[in-house]
Amino acid sequence: MTISKKMDGDKMVLALEDRLDTTTAPQLENEFKICLYEVKELVLDLEKLEYLSSAGLRVLLAAQKQMQKQGGEMVIINVSEIIMEVFEVTGFVDIITIK
Amino acid sequence: MEIITVPAESAALETVNAFIEKKLEAIDCPKRARMQMRLAVEEIFVNISSYAYHPEVGEAEIGVDIDGDPPAVTIRFLDRGRPFNPLEKPDADTTLSASEREIGGLGILLVKKIMDQVDYAYEDGRNILTIKKEIE
Repeated sequence: MTISKKMDGDKMVLALEDRLDTTTAPQLENEFKICLYEVKELVLDLEKLEYLSSAGLRVLLAAQKQMQKQGGEMVIINVSEIIMEVFEVTGFVDIITIK
Repeated sequence: MEIITVPAESAALETVNAFIEKKLEAIDCPKRARMQMRLAVEEIFVNISSYAYHPEVGEAEIGVDIDGDPPAVTIRFLDRGRPFNPLEKPDADTTLSASEREIGGLGILLVKKIMDQVDYAYEDGRNILTIKKEIE
């Protein structure tokens, strides 16, 4: 998975490419560990993400919890139909903000 | 049924994926169904890798069968680890808010929702989990 990062003040935009799964989820988790604490607005761009498994969902849920805790906001954008199905069957559509 | 035996560890996931992808090439499997098969395989195989033999190491056997018209794909996972029926666990509650949600339990829920059939059996000291999906 490729993660492209853009910082703009306390806003962070991460564009995820290819697959967020058991193998690559630790990569994103690490990214969050390093810099999420100073972020007020987190935007995840999934336009080029082709695959998402529960290992990826776990990292997204942990990020969502942390953002809530520190009074920030997490938004997911450009979700494809295939990825949306994973959010839907797991009820993630109700707990994360998808635009 | 064509079968491969791999170490039950998540490092072998790519080998398992490649084996199944190759079988799916034989039928004209749409992208969405291919992704769903891959997802189910990852969730189940990672589960076996994490729990079946822990902290020991063991083997898992994965078999694939495609038959019928329209074709149905059957994948069977077999291990000789501790008995564990993932279908017995209550589903993760998908109505809870983010802060109430526990991190985990979503894998098997995904498998149940995206496959047409999921069966578990414990026979002769072996966990046998079989998933089936019709390819439209």
